[in-house]
Amino acid sequence: MTLLSSETGNGAGIDVNDLQQRSYKIVRLKHPGQWISGAIVVAFLGFLIKSFAEGQIDWTTVGEFLTADVILRGFANTLLISFLAMILAMGLGTLFAVMRLSSNPVTRFVAWLYVWVFRGTPVLLQLLIWFNIALVFPTLSIPGLFEARTVDVVTPFVAALLGLGINEGAYMTEVVRAGISSVDHGQTEAAHTIGMSRMQMLRRIILPQTMRLIIPPMGNSAIGMLKFSSLATVISFTEMLNAAQQVYFVNGAVIELLLVCAVWYMLGTTVLNIVQFYIERHYGRGVAGASTKAPFKFKFGLVRPKTQAPAEEQS
Amino acid sequence: MKTMVKAINIHKSFNGREVLAGVDLEVADGEVLCILGPSGGGKSTLLRCLNHLETVDDGVVWIDGSVIGYELRGETLRELPPRKVRQQQREIGMVFQHFNLFPHLTALQNVIEGPVTVRKESRAAATARGVELLEAVGLGDRGAAYPSQLSGGQKQRVAIARALAMQPKVMLFDEPTSALDPELVGEVLDVMRRLALAGTTMIVVTHEIAFARDVADRVAIMVDGSIREIGNPDDVLSNPQDPRVRSFLNRVLN
Repeated sequence: MTLLSSETGNGAGIDVNDLQQRSYKIVRLKHPGQWISGAIVVAFLGFLIKSFAEGQIDWTTVGEFLTADVILRGFANTLLISFLAMILAMGLGTLFAVMRLSSNPVTRFVAWLYVWVFRGTPVLLQLLIWFNIALVFPTLSIPGLFEARTVDVVTPFVAALLGLGINEGAYMTEVVRAGISSVDHGQTEAAHTIGMSRMQMLRRIILPQTMRLIIPPMGNSAIGMLKFSSLATVISFTEMLNAAQQVYFVNGAVIELLLVCAVWYMLGTTVLNIVQFYIERHYGRGVAGASTKAPFKFKFGLVRPKTQAPAEEQS
Repeated sequence: MKTMVKAINIHKSFNGREVLAGVDLEVADGEVLCILGPSGGGKSTLLRCLNHLETVDDGVVWIDGSVIGYELRGETLRELPPRKVRQQQREIGMVFQHFNLFPHLTALQNVIEGPVTVRKESRAAATARGVELLEAVGLGDRGAAYPSQLSGGQKQRVAIARALAMQPKVMLFDEPTSALDPELVGEVLDVMRRLALAGTTMIVVTHEIAFARDVADRVAIMVDGSIREIGNPDDVLSNPQDPRVRSFLNRVLN
Protein backbone atom coordinates (compact mmCIF):
# COMPACT_ATOMS: atom_id res chain seq x y z
CA MET A 1 0.00 0.00 0.00
CA THR A 2 1.26 3.45 -0.74
CA LEU A 3 1.12 6.16 1.85
CA LEU A 4 -1.21 8.28 -0.21
CA SER A 5 -3.83 5.63 -0.72
CA SER A 6 -7.20 7.08 -1.69
CA GLU A 7 -9.03 4.11 -0.18
CA THR A 8 -8.32 5.28 3.37
CA GLY A 9 -9.67 8.83 2.98
CA ASN A 10 -13.11 10.02 4.07
CA GLY A 11 -14.11 10.69 0.56
CA ALA A 12 -13.92 7.03 -0.38
CA GLY A 13 -16.45 6.30 -3.06
CA ILE A 14 -16.52 9.73 -4.63
CA ASP A 15 -14.57 9.89 -7.77
CA VAL A 16 -12.59 13.04 -8.34
CA ASN A 17 -14.55 13.61 -11.52
CA ASP A 18 -17.77 13.89 -9.49
CA LEU A 19 -16.57 17.34 -8.31
CA GLN A 20 -18.23 19.38 -11.01
CA GLN A 21 -19.32 22.62 -9.38
CA ARG A 22 -17.11 25.45 -8.08
CA SER A 23 -19.54 26.27 -5.32
CA TYR A 24 -21.86 24.04 -3.26
CA LYS A 25 -24.61 24.82 -0.79
CA ILE A 26 -23.33 23.97 2.68
CA VAL A 27 -25.80 22.34 5.05
CA ARG A 28 -24.86 22.79 8.71
CA LEU A 29 -25.07 19.84 11.09
CA LYS A 30 -28.18 20.03 13.29
CA HIS A 31 -27.79 19.78 17.03
CA PRO A 32 -31.06 18.29 18.30
CA GLY A 33 -29.40 17.43 21.63
CA GLN A 34 -29.05 21.13 22.39
CA TRP A 35 -32.78 21.68 21.97
CA ILE A 36 -33.64 18.76 24.21
CA SER A 37 -31.26 19.72 27.01
CA GLY A 38 -32.39 23.33 26.72
CA ALA A 39 -36.01 22.30 27.11
CA ILE A 40 -35.22 20.20 30.19
CA VAL A 41 -33.40 23.07 31.86
CA VAL A 42 -36.19 25.54 31.08
CA ALA A 43 -38.78 23.12 32.48
CA PHE A 44 -36.77 22.71 35.67
CA LEU A 45 -36.38 26.48 36.08
CA GLY A 46 -40.12 26.92 35.57
CA PHE A 47 -40.76 24.35 38.28
CA LEU A 48 -38.43 26.16 40.71
CA ILE A 49 -40.06 29.53 40.07
CA LYS A 50 -43.53 28.04 40.51
CA SER A 51 -42.53 26.40 43.80
CA PHE A 52 -41.16 29.64 45.23
CA ALA A 53 -44.14 31.63 44.01
CA GLU A 54 -46.56 29.25 45.72
CA GLY A 55 -44.37 28.50 48.77
CA GLN A 56 -44.76 29.88 52.24
CA ILE A 57 -43.25 33.21 51.36
CA ASP A 58 -45.09 36.44 51.88
CA TRP A 59 -43.93 38.33 48.83
CA THR A 60 -45.65 41.52 49.89
CA THR A 61 -43.46 41.59 53.01
CA VAL A 62 -40.42 41.14 50.82
CA GLY A 63 -41.51 44.07 48.67
CA GLU A 64 -42.27 46.18 51.72
CA PHE A 65 -38.91 45.69 53.38
CA LEU A 66 -36.91 45.95 50.18
CA THR A 67 -36.90 49.72 50.59
CA ALA A 68 -37.38 49.94 54.35
CA ASP A 69 -35.20 52.55 56.01
CA VAL A 70 -33.55 50.11 58.37
CA ILE A 71 -32.55 47.80 55.51
CA LEU A 72 -31.31 50.66 53.33
CA ARG A 73 -29.22 52.02 56.19
CA GLY A 74 -27.85 48.52 56.74
CA PHE A 75 -27.00 48.24 53.05
CA ALA A 76 -25.31 51.63 53.15
CA ASN A 77 -23.18 50.34 56.04
CA THR A 78 -22.42 47.18 54.09
CA LEU A 79 -21.27 49.23 51.12
CA LEU A 80 -19.24 51.59 53.29
CA ILE A 81 -17.41 48.89 55.22
CA SER A 82 -16.78 46.85 52.05
CA PHE A 83 -15.44 49.88 50.21
CA LEU A 84 -13.14 51.03 53.01
CA ALA A 85 -11.92 47.52 53.80
CA MET A 86 -11.19 47.00 50.10
CA ILE A 87 -9.19 50.24 49.94
CA LEU A 88 -7.25 49.14 53.02
CA ALA A 89 -6.68 45.71 51.48
CA MET A 90 -5.38 47.15 48.21
CA GLY A 91 -3.01 49.48 50.04
CA LEU A 92 -1.70 46.70 52.25
CA GLY A 93 -1.55 44.28 49.33
CA THR A 94 0.56 46.64 47.22
CA LEU A 95 2.83 47.53 50.13
CA PHE A 96 3.48 43.95 51.19
CA ALA A 97 3.81 42.72 47.60
CA VAL A 98 6.58 45.25 47.02
CA MET A 99 8.14 44.15 50.31
CA ARG A 100 7.90 40.52 49.26
CA LEU A 101 9.91 41.35 46.14
CA SER A 102 12.42 43.57 47.90
CA SER A 103 16.09 42.68 47.95
CA ASN A 104 16.14 43.16 51.72
CA PRO A 105 15.64 39.76 53.43
CA VAL A 106 14.10 41.34 56.54
CA THR A 107 11.31 43.14 54.69
CA ARG A 108 10.79 40.03 52.59
CA PHE A 109 10.35 37.95 55.74
CA VAL A 110 7.95 40.43 57.36
CA ALA A 111 5.77 40.41 54.26
CA TRP A 112 5.81 36.63 54.21
CA LEU A 113 4.85 36.55 57.89
CA TYR A 114 1.92 38.89 57.29
CA VAL A 115 0.53 36.67 54.55
CA TRP A 116 1.17 33.53 56.57
CA VAL A 117 -0.64 34.79 59.70
CA PHE A 118 -3.65 36.43 58.11
CA ARG A 119 -4.22 33.86 55.42
CA GLY A 120 -3.74 31.11 57.95
CA THR A 121 -6.63 32.02 60.25
CA PRO A 122 -10.36 32.34 59.54
CA VAL A 123 -11.60 35.86 58.96
CA LEU A 124 -14.39 35.27 61.47
CA LEU A 125 -11.80 34.55 64.15
CA GLN A 126 -9.84 37.64 63.18
CA LEU A 127 -12.97 39.77 63.47
CA LEU A 128 -13.59 38.43 66.97
CA ILE A 129 -9.99 39.11 68.00
CA TRP A 130 -10.11 42.70 66.75
CA PHE A 131 -13.44 43.21 68.47
CA ASN A 132 -12.00 41.93 71.75
CA ILE A 133 -8.58 43.50 71.39
CA ALA A 134 -9.33 45.64 74.45
CA LEU A 135 -8.82 42.51 76.55
CA VAL A 136 -5.18 42.53 75.44
CA PHE A 137 -4.52 46.25 75.33
CA PRO A 138 -6.93 48.09 77.64
CA THR A 139 -5.55 51.46 76.61
CA LEU A 140 -3.94 52.76 73.46
CA SER A 141 -1.40 55.48 73.80
CA ILE A 142 1.42 57.25 72.09
CA PRO A 143 3.23 58.67 75.13
CA GLY A 144 2.74 62.40 75.39
CA LEU A 145 0.51 62.67 72.35
CA PHE A 146 -2.50 60.53 72.62
CA GLU A 147 -4.20 58.23 75.06
CA ALA A 148 -7.57 56.51 74.90
CA ARG A 149 -9.43 53.49 76.16
CA THR A 150 -9.29 50.80 73.51
CA VAL A 151 -13.04 50.11 73.70
CA ASP A 152 -13.67 53.70 72.66
CA VAL A 153 -11.36 53.51 69.68
CA VAL A 154 -12.05 50.00 68.42
CA THR A 155 -15.77 50.27 67.81
CA PRO A 156 -17.55 47.48 65.93
CA PHE A 157 -17.01 49.55 62.80
CA VAL A 158 -13.27 49.87 63.34
CA ALA A 159 -12.95 46.21 64.29
CA ALA A 160 -14.84 45.17 61.16
CA LEU A 161 -12.72 47.45 59.00
CA LEU A 162 -9.46 46.11 60.44
CA GLY A 163 -10.58 42.49 60.42
CA LEU A 164 -11.90 42.48 56.87
CA GLY A 165 -9.28 44.80 55.37
CA ILE A 166 -6.19 43.22 56.90
CA ASN A 167 -7.39 39.71 56.09
CA GLU A 168 -8.13 40.58 52.48
CA GLY A 169 -4.83 42.45 52.25
CA ALA A 170 -3.00 39.15 52.74
CA TYR A 171 -4.73 37.66 49.70
CA MET A 172 -4.22 40.88 47.79
CA THR A 173 -0.49 40.71 48.52
CA GLU A 174 -0.28 37.45 46.64
CA VAL A 175 -2.34 38.80 43.76
CA VAL A 176 -0.24 41.94 43.38
CA ARG A 177 2.99 39.98 43.78
CA ALA A 178 1.98 37.63 40.97
CA GLY A 179 1.07 40.64 38.84
CA ILE A 180 4.37 42.41 39.42
CA SER A 181 6.38 39.25 38.80
CA SER A 182 4.66 38.75 35.48
CA VAL A 183 5.86 42.06 34.04
CA ASP A 184 8.69 41.40 31.61
CA HIS A 185 12.17 42.07 32.98
CA GLY A 186 12.93 44.12 29.88
CA GLN A 187 10.53 46.75 31.19
CA THR A 188 12.64 47.27 34.28
CA GLU A 189 15.78 47.50 32.20
CA ALA A 190 14.23 50.02 29.82
CA ALA A 191 13.10 52.09 32.81
CA HIS A 192 16.63 51.91 34.23
CA THR A 193 18.20 53.12 31.01
CA ILE A 194 16.09 56.28 31.06
CA GLY A 195 17.20 56.82 34.64
CA MET A 196 14.01 56.08 36.56
CA SER A 197 14.10 55.52 40.30
CA ARG A 198 12.54 52.42 41.81
CA MET A 199 9.47 54.35 42.90
CA GLN A 200 9.03 56.03 39.51
CA MET A 201 9.41 52.67 37.82
CA LEU A 202 6.87 51.04 40.09
CA ARG A 203 4.34 53.83 39.77
CA ARG A 204 4.72 54.68 36.10
CA ILE A 205 5.77 51.43 34.44
CA ILE A 206 5.22 48.30 36.56
CA LEU A 207 1.96 48.89 38.41
CA PRO A 208 -0.01 50.17 35.40
CA GLN A 209 0.94 46.99 33.54
CA THR A 210 0.15 44.92 36.59
CA MET A 211 -3.34 46.41 36.84
CA ARG A 212 -4.57 44.69 33.71
CA LEU A 213 -3.64 41.31 35.15
CA ILE A 214 -4.83 41.83 38.69
CA ILE A 215 -8.19 43.47 38.00
CA PRO A 216 -10.04 40.16 37.55
CA PRO A 217 -8.82 38.68 40.87
CA MET A 218 -9.40 42.06 42.53
CA GLY A 219 -12.95 42.04 41.18
CA ASN A 220 -13.34 38.65 42.82
CA SER A 221 -12.03 40.11 46.05
CA ALA A 222 -14.37 43.09 45.93
CA ILE A 223 -17.37 40.84 45.35
CA GLY A 224 -16.17 38.52 48.10
CA MET A 225 -15.73 41.48 50.40
CA LEU A 226 -19.26 42.71 49.83
CA LYS A 227 -20.52 39.33 51.00
CA PHE A 228 -17.94 38.65 53.72
CA SER A 229 -18.85 41.96 55.31
CA SER A 230 -21.98 40.15 56.51
CA LEU A 231 -19.71 38.32 58.98
CA ALA A 232 -19.37 41.62 60.83
CA THR A 233 -22.84 40.95 62.17
CA VAL A 234 -21.21 38.72 64.84
CA ILE A 235 -19.41 41.72 66.28
CA SER A 236 -22.69 43.66 66.27
CA PHE A 237 -21.80 45.98 63.44
CA THR A 238 -25.14 46.95 61.93
CA GLU A 239 -24.59 46.11 58.33
CA MET A 240 -27.51 44.86 56.27
CA LEU A 241 -27.68 41.27 57.53
CA ASN A 242 -27.53 42.47 61.11
CA ALA A 243 -30.33 44.94 60.42
CA ALA A 244 -32.42 42.22 58.79
CA GLN A 245 -31.92 39.93 61.78
CA GLN A 246 -33.02 42.67 64.16
CA VAL A 247 -36.19 43.02 62.14
CA TYR A 248 -37.06 39.34 61.88
CA PHE A 249 -36.38 38.71 65.55
CA VAL A 250 -39.35 41.03 66.08
CA ASN A 251 -41.72 40.22 63.23
CA GLY A 252 -40.76 36.63 62.48
CA ALA A 253 -40.57 37.10 58.72
CA VAL A 254 -37.22 35.29 58.55
CA ILE A 255 -37.09 34.10 54.95
CA GLU A 256 -38.67 37.29 53.66
CA LEU A 257 -35.96 39.48 55.17
CA LEU A 258 -33.18 37.14 54.13
CA LEU A 259 -34.52 37.35 50.58
CA VAL A 260 -34.49 41.12 50.82
CA CYS A 261 -30.81 40.91 51.72
CA ALA A 262 -30.19 38.50 48.86
CA VAL A 263 -31.73 40.95 46.40
CA TRP A 264 -29.51 43.80 47.59
CA TYR A 265 -26.37 41.67 47.64
CA MET A 266 -27.02 40.51 44.11
CA LEU A 267 -27.67 44.05 43.01
CA GLY A 268 -24.38 45.10 44.59
CA THR A 269 -22.36 42.31 42.98
CA THR A 270 -23.98 43.04 39.62
CA VAL A 271 -22.90 46.66 39.84
CA LEU A 272 -19.37 45.53 40.78
CA ASN A 273 -19.29 43.24 37.75
CA ILE A 274 -20.14 46.16 35.51
CA VAL A 275 -17.55 48.40 37.16
CA GLN A 276 -14.95 45.66 36.73
CA PHE A 277 -15.73 45.41 33.04
CA TYR A 278 -15.06 49.10 32.49
CA ILE A 279 -11.89 49.12 34.59
CA GLU A 280 -10.60 46.13 32.66
CA ARG A 281 -11.31 47.87 29.42
CA HIS A 282 -9.47 50.97 30.62
CA TYR A 283 -6.33 49.07 31.58
CA GLY A 284 -6.54 46.81 28.55
CA ARG A 285 -5.73 49.71 26.26
CA GLY A 286 -2.64 49.14 24.22
CA VAL A 287 -2.90 45.41 24.61
CA ALA A 288 -3.66 43.41 21.51
CA GLY A 289 -6.44 40.94 22.15
CA ALA A 290 -7.46 42.45 25.50
CA SER A 291 -11.13 41.94 26.24
CA THR A 292 -13.05 44.97 25.15
CA LYS A 293 -16.20 43.05 24.43
CA ALA A 294 -19.24 43.12 26.65
CA PRO A 295 -19.37 40.01 28.85
CA PHE A 296 -22.73 38.85 27.55
CA LYS A 297 -24.36 39.25 24.29
CA PHE A 298 -27.32 36.97 23.97
CA LYS A 299 -28.08 35.88 20.52
CA PHE A 300 -31.47 34.33 20.30
CA GLY A 301 -31.63 30.94 18.83
CA LEU A 302 -29.19 28.23 19.71
CA VAL A 303 -25.90 29.13 18.19
CA ARG A 304 -22.62 27.49 18.87
CA PRO A 305 -20.19 29.97 20.36
CA LYS A 306 -17.80 30.91 17.63
CA THR A 307 -14.17 30.53 18.46
CA GLN A 308 -12.62 33.94 18.28
CA ALA A 309 -10.20 34.44 15.46
CA PRO A 310 -6.77 35.32 16.83
CA ALA A 311 -5.85 38.97 16.42
CA GLU A 312 -3.64 39.58 13.46
CA GLU A 313 -0.04 39.23 14.48
CA GLN A 314 1.88 42.45 14.07
CA SER A 315 5.46 42.24 15.01
CA MET B 1 40.25 63.37 19.19
CA LYS B 2 38.26 63.59 22.39
CA THR B 3 37.56 60.26 24.08
CA MET B 4 33.91 59.61 24.96
CA VAL B 5 33.94 56.05 26.30
CA LYS B 6 36.81 54.15 27.80
CA ALA B 7 36.59 50.67 29.30
CA ILE B 8 39.62 49.12 30.95
CA ASN B 9 40.09 45.44 31.75
CA ILE B 10 36.41 44.55 32.05
CA HIS B 11 35.86 41.15 33.62
CA LYS B 12 32.46 39.54 34.13
CA SER B 13 31.47 36.00 35.03
CA PHE B 14 28.06 34.40 35.39
CA ASN B 15 27.97 31.38 37.70
CA GLY B 16 31.67 30.80 37.30
CA ARG B 17 31.59 31.05 33.52
CA GLU B 18 33.76 33.88 32.32
CA VAL B 19 31.85 35.99 29.79
CA LEU B 20 34.18 38.95 29.60
CA ALA B 21 37.85 38.22 30.01
CA GLY B 22 39.49 41.59 30.36
CA VAL B 23 38.06 43.82 27.64
CA ASP B 24 39.68 47.15 26.80
CA LEU B 25 37.83 49.61 24.63
CA GLU B 26 38.08 53.24 23.69
CA VAL B 27 35.54 55.15 21.63
CA ALA B 28 35.99 58.73 20.49
CA ASP B 29 33.36 61.45 20.55
CA GLY B 30 31.18 61.07 17.45
CA GLU B 31 32.64 57.71 16.55
CA VAL B 32 30.57 54.73 15.46
CA LEU B 33 31.89 51.39 16.67
CA CYS B 34 30.26 48.15 15.55
CA ILE B 35 30.89 45.04 17.59
CA LEU B 36 30.53 41.77 15.72
CA GLY B 37 31.20 38.22 16.72
CA PRO B 38 29.65 34.80 17.29
CA SER B 39 26.78 34.35 19.74
CA GLY B 40 27.85 33.96 23.33
CA GLY B 41 31.00 35.97 22.72
CA GLY B 42 30.09 38.55 25.36
CA LYS B 43 29.01 41.40 23.06
CA SER B 44 25.72 42.13 24.80
CA THR B 45 27.22 41.70 28.25
CA LEU B 46 29.89 44.25 27.38
CA LEU B 47 27.22 46.79 26.41
CA ARG B 48 25.28 46.07 29.58
CA CYS B 49 28.42 46.64 31.63
CA LEU B 50 28.99 49.98 29.93
CA ASN B 51 25.69 51.38 31.22
CA HIS B 52 25.78 49.54 34.54
CA LEU B 53 22.84 47.24 33.85
CA GLU B 54 25.39 44.64 34.90
CA THR B 55 28.07 45.33 37.46
CA VAL B 56 31.59 44.44 36.47
CA ASP B 57 33.67 41.93 38.48
CA ASP B 58 36.83 43.84 37.71
CA GLY B 59 37.83 46.79 35.59
CA VAL B 60 36.42 50.25 35.14
CA VAL B 61 34.07 52.03 32.73
CA TRP B 62 34.56 55.71 32.12
CA ILE B 63 32.17 57.83 30.08
CA ASP B 64 32.74 61.50 29.36
CA GLY B 65 34.44 62.47 32.57
CA SER B 66 32.97 60.08 35.11
CA VAL B 67 33.49 56.51 36.23
CA ILE B 68 30.20 54.66 35.80
CA GLY B 69 28.66 53.26 38.98
CA TYR B 70 31.58 54.14 41.20
CA GLU B 71 33.49 56.99 42.69
CA LEU B 72 37.20 56.75 42.06
CA ARG B 73 39.29 57.58 45.12
CA GLY B 74 42.95 56.88 44.66
CA GLU B 75 43.10 53.14 44.19
CA THR B 76 39.59 52.27 45.33
CA LEU B 77 36.22 52.36 43.61
CA ARG B 78 33.36 53.16 45.95
CA GLU B 79 29.88 52.18 44.86
CA LEU B 80 27.73 55.21 44.14
CA PRO B 81 24.27 55.56 45.68
CA PRO B 82 21.44 54.61 43.27
CA ARG B 83 20.48 58.25 42.72
CA LYS B 84 23.93 59.06 41.31
CA VAL B 85 23.98 55.91 39.20
CA ARG B 86 20.64 56.87 37.70
CA GLN B 87 21.96 60.29 36.76
CA GLN B 88 24.77 58.58 34.89
CA GLN B 89 22.52 55.97 33.28
CA ARG B 90 20.12 58.48 31.82
CA GLU B 91 22.95 60.01 29.80
CA ILE B 92 23.61 56.65 28.16
CA GLY B 93 20.93 55.72 25.65
CA MET B 94 20.18 52.07 25.09
CA VAL B 95 18.21 50.29 22.39
CA PHE B 96 17.27 46.68 23.07
CA GLN B 97 16.89 43.71 20.78
CA HIS B 98 13.28 43.24 21.93
CA PHE B 99 12.47 46.98 21.96
CA ASN B 100 11.13 46.94 25.55
CA LEU B 101 8.65 49.68 24.78
CA PHE B 102 6.17 50.39 27.56
CA PRO B 103 3.07 48.63 26.22
CA HIS B 104 0.56 50.67 28.23
CA LEU B 105 1.81 53.96 26.77
CA THR B 106 1.42 55.31 23.24
CA ALA B 107 4.46 55.86 21.03
CA LEU B 108 4.60 59.54 21.97
CA GLN B 109 4.07 58.80 25.67
CA ASN B 110 6.91 56.31 25.51
CA VAL B 111 9.17 58.99 24.10
CA ILE B 112 8.26 61.71 26.61
CA GLU B 113 8.14 59.44 29.68
CA GLY B 114 11.81 59.97 30.51
CA PRO B 115 11.93 63.72 29.90
CA VAL B 116 8.76 64.33 31.94
CA THR B 117 9.19 61.84 34.79
CA VAL B 118 12.95 61.81 35.15
CA ARG B 119 14.19 65.12 33.78
CA LYS B 120 11.12 66.98 35.05
CA GLU B 121 10.66 68.83 31.79
CA SER B 122 7.30 70.46 31.21
CA ARG B 123 4.87 68.22 29.40
CA ALA B 124 4.43 70.78 26.62
CA ALA B 125 8.14 71.12 25.92
CA ALA B 126 8.70 67.38 26.11
CA THR B 127 5.76 66.74 23.79
CA ALA B 128 7.01 69.22 21.23
CA ARG B 129 10.42 67.57 21.23
CA GLY B 130 8.87 64.10 21.29
CA VAL B 131 6.90 64.88 18.14
CA GLU B 132 10.08 66.14 16.48
CA LEU B 133 11.92 62.96 17.43
CA LEU B 134 9.13 60.76 16.10
CA GLU B 135 9.23 62.73 12.88
CA ALA B 136 12.98 62.26 12.74
CA VAL B 137 12.56 58.49 12.87
CA GLY B 138 9.79 58.70 10.26
CA LEU B 139 6.86 58.09 12.61
CA GLY B 140 5.41 61.59 12.89
CA ASP B 141 1.93 60.24 12.24
CA ARG B 142 2.09 57.27 14.63
CA GLY B 143 2.45 59.11 17.94
CA ALA B 144 -0.96 58.04 19.20
CA ALA B 145 -0.46 54.36 18.38
CA TYR B 146 0.21 51.82 21.10
CA PRO B 147 3.23 49.53 20.65
CA SER B 148 0.95 46.57 19.93
CA GLN B 149 -0.35 48.46 16.90
CA LEU B 150 3.12 49.02 15.45
CA SER B 151 5.30 46.76 13.33
CA GLY B 152 8.62 45.57 14.72
CA GLY B 153 10.54 48.12 12.70
CA GLN B 154 8.28 50.90 13.89
CA LYS B 155 8.62 49.75 17.50
CA GLN B 156 12.38 49.83 17.25
CA ARG B 157 12.32 53.30 15.76
CA VAL B 158 10.11 54.49 18.64
CA ALA B 159 12.61 52.88 21.02
CA ILE B 160 15.42 54.84 19.36
CA ALA B 161 13.41 58.06 19.69
CA ARG B 162 12.75 57.24 23.36
CA ALA B 163 16.46 56.84 24.03
CA LEU B 164 17.32 60.02 22.11
CA ALA B 165 14.76 61.99 24.12
CA MET B 166 17.08 61.78 27.12
CA GLN B 167 19.78 63.58 25.08
CA PRO B 168 22.34 60.88 25.73
CA LYS B 169 26.08 61.34 25.30
CA VAL B 170 26.39 57.90 23.77
CA MET B 171 23.92 55.46 22.24
CA LEU B 172 24.26 51.72 22.82
CA PHE B 173 22.47 49.39 20.41
CA ASP B 174 22.08 45.77 21.50
CA GLU B 175 21.33 43.80 18.33
CA PRO B 176 18.65 46.30 17.30
CA THR B 177 17.58 44.43 14.17
CA SER B 178 17.92 40.82 15.29
CA ALA B 179 14.26 40.45 16.28
CA LEU B 180 12.94 42.01 13.07
CA ASP B 181 11.48 40.45 9.97
CA PRO B 182 14.07 40.80 7.19
CA GLU B 183 12.07 43.36 5.21
CA LEU B 184 11.89 45.67 8.26
CA VAL B 185 15.60 45.71 9.02
CA GLY B 186 16.34 48.42 6.45
CA GLU B 187 14.12 51.10 7.99
CA VAL B 188 15.83 50.75 11.37
CA LEU B 189 19.31 50.72 9.89
CA ASP B 190 18.41 53.85 7.90
CA VAL B 191 17.56 55.70 11.09
CA MET B 192 20.80 54.53 12.66
CA ARG B 193 22.77 55.59 9.61
CA ARG B 194 21.30 59.08 9.83
CA LEU B 195 22.14 59.23 13.53
CA ALA B 196 25.71 58.26 12.74
CA LEU B 197 25.97 60.95 10.07
CA ALA B 198 24.66 63.49 12.57
CA GLY B 199 27.70 62.78 14.72
CA THR B 200 26.15 60.63 17.46
CA THR B 201 28.60 58.49 19.40
CA MET B 202 27.34 54.94 18.88
CA ILE B 203 28.33 51.49 19.99
CA VAL B 204 26.39 48.93 18.01
CA VAL B 205 26.31 45.21 18.67
CA THR B 206 25.02 43.74 15.44
CA HIS B 207 25.06 40.90 12.97
CA GLU B 208 24.60 43.26 10.02
CA ILE B 209 28.03 43.07 8.40
CA ALA B 210 27.03 45.34 5.53
CA PHE B 211 25.90 48.03 7.96
CA ALA B 212 29.17 47.73 9.87
CA ARG B 213 31.19 48.03 6.68
CA ASP B 214 29.21 51.08 5.50
CA VAL B 215 28.60 53.05 8.63
CA ALA B 216 31.13 52.10 11.29
CA ASP B 217 34.30 54.09 11.81
CA ARG B 218 35.80 51.03 13.42
CA VAL B 219 34.72 47.43 13.79
CA ALA B 220 35.55 45.20 16.74
CA ILE B 221 35.23 41.44 16.68
CA MET B 222 34.60 39.71 19.97
CA VAL B 223 35.22 36.01 20.47
CA ASP B 224 35.08 34.19 23.81
CA GLY B 225 34.92 37.30 25.94
CA SER B 226 37.66 39.37 24.41
CA ILE B 227 38.13 41.68 21.47
CA ARG B 228 40.27 39.78 18.98
CA GLU B 229 40.42 42.42 16.26
CA ILE B 230 39.55 46.07 16.16
CA GLY B 231 40.13 48.67 13.51
CA ASN B 232 39.09 50.06 10.17
CA PRO B 233 36.11 48.01 8.82
CA ASP B 234 37.79 47.12 5.55
CA ASP B 235 40.96 45.88 7.21
CA VAL B 236 39.17 43.86 9.86
CA LEU B 237 36.51 42.39 7.59
CA SER B 238 38.69 41.66 4.58
CA ASN B 239 41.97 40.78 6.15
CA PRO B 240 41.55 39.37 9.64
CA GLN B 241 44.65 38.04 11.40
CA ASP B 242 43.16 36.05 14.25
CA PRO B 243 42.18 32.49 13.21
CA ARG B 244 38.95 32.49 15.28
CA VAL B 245 37.93 35.77 13.70
CA ARG B 246 38.75 34.43 10.26
CA SER B 247 36.57 31.37 10.77
CA PHE B 248 33.73 33.52 12.12
CA LEU B 249 33.87 35.89 9.17
CA ASN B 250 34.09 33.00 6.76
CA ARG B 251 30.87 31.63 8.20
CA VAL B 252 28.91 34.90 8.07
CA LEU B 253 30.26 36.29 4.81
CA ASN B 254 29.83 33.15 2.74
